Amino acid sequence: MNATQIETVAPAKTNSEKQVIEINNLRKGFGQQEVLNNVSLQLFNGENLVVLGKSGSGKSVLIKCIVRLLIPDDGTINVLGKDMSELNRDGLGEMRKKIGFLFQSGALYDSMTVKQNLEFPLRRIKKDLTQNEIDEKVKEVLENVGLLDALNKMPSQLSGGMRKRISLARTIVVDPMIMLYDEPTTGLDPVTSDEISSLINAVQKTYKTSSLIITHDIECARATANRIIMLQDGEVYLEGTLENFEKSTDVVITSFFK
Amino acid sequence: MRKFSPVIKVIPKIRGGATKQAIKLSEKTIAKTKKASNFFIEVADIFLFITRIIKETFSRDFEFREFLRQCFQIGNKSLPLISVTGIIIGLVLTIQSRPALLSFGAVAMLPGMVAISLIREMGPVITALICAGKIGSGMGAELGSMKVTEQIDAMEVSSTNPMRFLIVTRVLAATLMIPLLVLYADGLGILGSWAGANIKGDVSFVLFFNQAFGHVHFMDFLPAVIKTFFFGAVIGLVGCYKGYTAGRGTESVGIAANSAVVLSSLLVIIIDLIAVQITDML
Repeated sequence: MNATQIETVAPAKTNSEKQVIEINNLRKGFGQQEVLNNVSLQLFNGENLVVLGKSGSGKSVLIKCIVRLLIPDDGTINVLGKDMSELNRDGLGEMRKKIGFLFQSGALYDSMTVKQNLEFPLRRIKKDLTQNEIDEKVKEVLENVGLLDALNKMPSQLSGGMRKRISLARTIVVDPMIMLYDEPTTGLDPVTSDEISSLINAVQKTYKTSSLIITHDIECARATANRIIMLQDGEVYLEGTLENFEKSTDVVITSFFK
Repeated sequence: MRKFSPVIKVIPKIRGGATKQAIKLSEKTIAKTKKASNFFIEVADIFLFITRIIKETFSRDFEFREFLRQCFQIGNKSLPLISVTGIIIGLVLTIQSRPALLSFGAVAMLPGMVAISLIREMGPVITALICAGKIGSGMGAELGSMKVTEQIDAMEVSSTNPMRFLIVTRVLAATLMIPLLVLYADGLGILGSWAGANIKGDVSFVLFFNQAFGHVHFMDFLPAVIKTFFFGAVIGLVGCYKGYTAGRGTESVGIAANSAVVLSSLLVIIIDLIAVQITDML
């Protein structure tokens, strides 16, 4: 993987491919406010699905419901064939080992170095690895994101783009099957945003992941999407390919893609 | 009807005024009921939080390495502050007490009086209050900022139980280390007291030590040590609770740190009061 070249999107998979995430009639509200209203979508094996929407449309809530950081009010979420609501604590822990989550802020552990940040999930999820194997794995993912020299730095010594790349490294170090990206390019300059988009595509190719990317960044969507779903007021507004969206004359769609 | 027209005009005004008053009263009642129910909800939350901590403490996969790291953070990093505090408490207590004892011709009782005061009360309470400020606020701020920056969520998603890793280790470390810090402060307090006694007099350390501990009994020592475990547990619990339940904004971090100090300091005083009552009954 070369983080500086723009990687192209892997070929889209057909609908006959296995669903890795299936969401049916998802509802979630906070107090009187309904954030997600009857949302249904599928993520297929090997694809990059971009969920687009303006701020407050429920994108982050959707992605957090998938990993049970938030509990939905209604609806079902199946991940790799298992209903998430029926998993006990151990089962949920096992399922989460297969899912990588890139947080909007990066969420690096401030009290640990970059090396310790990457070792942390690796020690917990792959307990049978020796220290040498852990060191090799950490170096491999840091090379993949182009930040091997940041090994012993603290998160406070990193720029925003570097923090995002280290967070991505921490997410892929455990070889997840599914990747969830929460606003991966928010707060980054256009050049760094392109690098992150490129890395997302490189992760898809190298690690054969299926990815759900939450964003309002059109350039990121253009660079990474096999398929796009637009959320509007907590509902699925439109689903289709990038071409469908760019050719649409709908006012809501064109306001995003102008 | 015309005779009563002024009354007819006034009645709607009375009705209108009464209605407004009734609405105001009902709004106040609703607000106070909400406040009371929020208080009971918070009490229930704290109870559930403590229950979860106890459950996670005795579960498998105890985070021993993190527990040791927290012991080092709490113990080692507090030593300079506790050292200065301990010496000054002993010094000040001696300097302040000496004139009063001198007027009764009881200066010889000074070492014993200071030792008993330090071991029974001054050492544990003042050290715990210092620790509530340093350790309690540190925990509240650290966990609060981890909450705001989604680090706790990241831990949860990477199959790590944040309750076990962050909370249980900190609470247990505080419960264990604060009694040790209190003993350390007591020792330095007696050293400071000896230094204070030598400002106006000339007392050898051996003589001072013998006079000090000649009056200290096991029942002066044991209840004081036991209550410091409760001080440590409360400081850890409150600091962790306030940080773990902080809101999502950066302002919440400051609120968490501040309220951790205030509440844990108050609880230390209340626990001390209860401990004194129990000791008195024994």
